[in-house]
Amino acid sequence: MKLFGYKPTSTAWLGLAIITVFILVAVFADVIAPYSESESVGQTWDDPSWDFLLGTDNIGRDMLSRLIYGARMTIGVALVTTVLSFLIGTTTGFLAAVGGTVIDQVLSRIVDVMLSIPLLIFALIILSVFGSSIMTLILTLAVLDSTRVFRLARAVATNLVVMEYVEAARLRGEGLWWIMRREILPNALPPMISEFGLRFCFNFLFVASLSFLGLGIQPPYADWGGMVRDNGKAISFGLPAPLWPALAIAMMTVGVNLVVDWILSINSRPSGASAEM
Amino acid sequence: MLKTIAVRIVLGIITLWAVSVLIFAATEVLPGDVASAILGQGATPETLAVFRHELGLDRPAYVRYLEWFFNALHGDLGIAMTNKRVIVEVIAPRFMNTLFLAGYAALIAVPTSVVLGIIAAINEGKFIDRFVNIISLMTISVPEFFIAYVLILYLAVQFEIFPSLSTVFPEMGFVEKIYTTALPAFTLTMLVMAHMLRMTRTSVLSIMSQPYIEMAFLKGLTRSQVIVRHALPNAAAPIISVIALNLAYLIVGVVVIEVVFVYPGVGQFMVDGVTKRDLPVVQACGLIFAGAFVGLNTIADVLAIMVNPRLRHPR
Repeated sequence: MKLFGYKPTSTAWLGLAIITVFILVAVFADVIAPYSESESVGQTWDDPSWDFLLGTDNIGRDMLSRLIYGARMTIGVALVTTVLSFLIGTTTGFLAAVGGTVIDQVLSRIVDVMLSIPLLIFALIILSVFGSSIMTLILTLAVLDSTRVFRLARAVATNLVVMEYVEAARLRGEGLWWIMRREILPNALPPMISEFGLRFCFNFLFVASLSFLGLGIQPPYADWGGMVRDNGKAISFGLPAPLWPALAIAMMTVGVNLVVDWILSINSRPSGASAEM
Repeated sequence: MLKTIAVRIVLGIITLWAVSVLIFAATEVLPGDVASAILGQGATPETLAVFRHELGLDRPAYVRYLEWFFNALHGDLGIAMTNKRVIVEVIAPRFMNTLFLAGYAALIAVPTSVVLGIIAAINEGKFIDRFVNIISLMTISVPEFFIAYVLILYLAVQFEIFPSLSTVFPEMGFVEKIYTTALPAFTLTMLVMAHMLRMTRTSVLSIMSQPYIEMAFLKGLTRSQVIVRHALPNAAAPIISVIALNLAYLIVGVVVIEVVFVYPGVGQFMVDGVTKRDLPVVQACGLIFAGAFVGLNTIADVLAIMVNPRLRHPR
C-alpha cells in the first residue's frame, strides 16, 4: 500500500497506527471512557481489576478513563501550539527571506537573542508572570517555539528566493504576500512537514514536562504530564501508577518520530541532524 | 585565530547582556502588572499602590532594569519576595549542587556517547549500529520523568540499590554524594547521550563520503583505521559543538530531574519560585540558567574554531 506516492516502511506503519489510535481515542473520549474524568470511583491506587483495567489514581479516579481524557487535552494543546507556532514561524521566516535586508536583520537578531535562552527557562519566566491558563500556555509556547520554525523557514526560503521563477514573479509585479504564498510555500513544504512532526514531538514533551512541574495544564482537566505528577508518590510503594501516563507520552512521541524518520528518509536528510532543543 | 576567538567572546558577552534585557522585559514590561497578578482580583487600588511602592514598581522600567543589572553584576540578585531572604545566599549552594549533578552526568555521558558513536559509524548498517540507533531514538522520544521513574521503580524500590530521593547535605562526603545522586545522574546521562551519539555517528559518516577518505581506502587501510586516523579529526568540530550544546541542554534537563528526585538545586528553586510567583527569584534563576547556556555555547564555538583549521580564518 502506498501513501502520498511512497511506500511506508514497517516502522512507519507502526508509527502511523499508534498516532491514529491515539487521535481516535482523543476524539471519541466520551464514548470510550468507562468512567468520567473527575469522578472518584475507588480507593487510592487500587490494583488493576476488571472494573478498573489500569487501577485507580491518587484520589481513586479510574486511571484508564483519565488516560483517555488526558489524550484529548495533552495532544490537543500540543497540536494547537504547533500549528500556531508554524503559522507565526513560517510567515516571519519567509518574510525575512523575501522582504529584504532590513526586515531580515531585525527579525533574525530578535530570534537570535530569544534562542539564547533555553526554552524551558524562558517559558517558566513568562508563566510566572501570567500564570498558566490554557490560553497563555498555548500562546507562550507557540511564540517561543516559532523561533525554531523561523530558523528553518528562513533557511529554506533563502535558497528558494534566488530561483528564476521567484525573479519572474517579482518582475511580473507580484506582491510580497503572493510570492510567499504561491512561489515559496509549495516548494518549502517537504522539509517543513517533517519539521512539523519534530516540533510537535518537542511541544508535546514540553507541555507534558510543564504539567509535570505543576505549571502546565491545570486540574480538574486530565493530562498525562499532570497525572505523572499526581501519582509520583506511588512509585516509592512499588506501584506502577505514574508509569501509565508516562508510557502513553512515550508511545505518542515514539510513534510520531517513527513517521518523521520515514519522511526524512524520503527527503534524504540525515536523521538526528535536525535535533534541536 | 585569536581575533576570531576574541570576536566570538565579545559576541557572547553582548548576547548575555541582551538576554538580561529580555528576562527583565519579560517579567516587568509585558502587559499585566506584577502587583495585581500577585494580589489577585480582590485588591483595592490603595493596597495595590502600597504594594507597588514596596516593590519599587512605581519607578520607570529602565531605572529598575539598570539597578537590577548593576546589582546582578556585583553579585546581588535581590531579595526573595515570599520569605525576604537574600537570594544569593540561597542560590549559591544550590548552584554548586546543580553543577555537581550536571558535571557528574557529563563525565559519564560524553566519553560513552563519543565511543559508542564511533563504534556505530565503524559498523554502519550492522547489528550493533542498528541496536545503538534504536535505543538512542527511544531515549530521545521518551519524557525525562519516564526514564527517571522506571529507574526508581527497578533500581530503588524493587532492588534497593540506590536511594530514590537524592537529598544531599553540605556535610556529606564525596563518595556518599556520588552514591546518593547516582539515579538522577544516570537519568540525565541517558537524556543527553542520544543526541551526542547520533551526531558523532552522523558527522563521522558524512565525512566518509569525501574524496580523501576514498583515497585512504584505496591506499589499503582498513575501515577502522580510516575512521580513527582520517575521518575523526575532521569530524571533531561538529562533535565538540554538539557536546557543548548538549551540556547546555543538560542544564535545562536538570530542572525536571531535580524535581523528580527532590534534589536541592537551582532548577527546583526556580520551579518553586514560579509556583509562588516570586519574581526576583525567577529572574535570578533565569539569569543563571541563561548565563550558563550562553557561556557553554560560546565555549562550544571557541573550541570549534580552535579544532577546525578551516574555521581559523574569518571569511
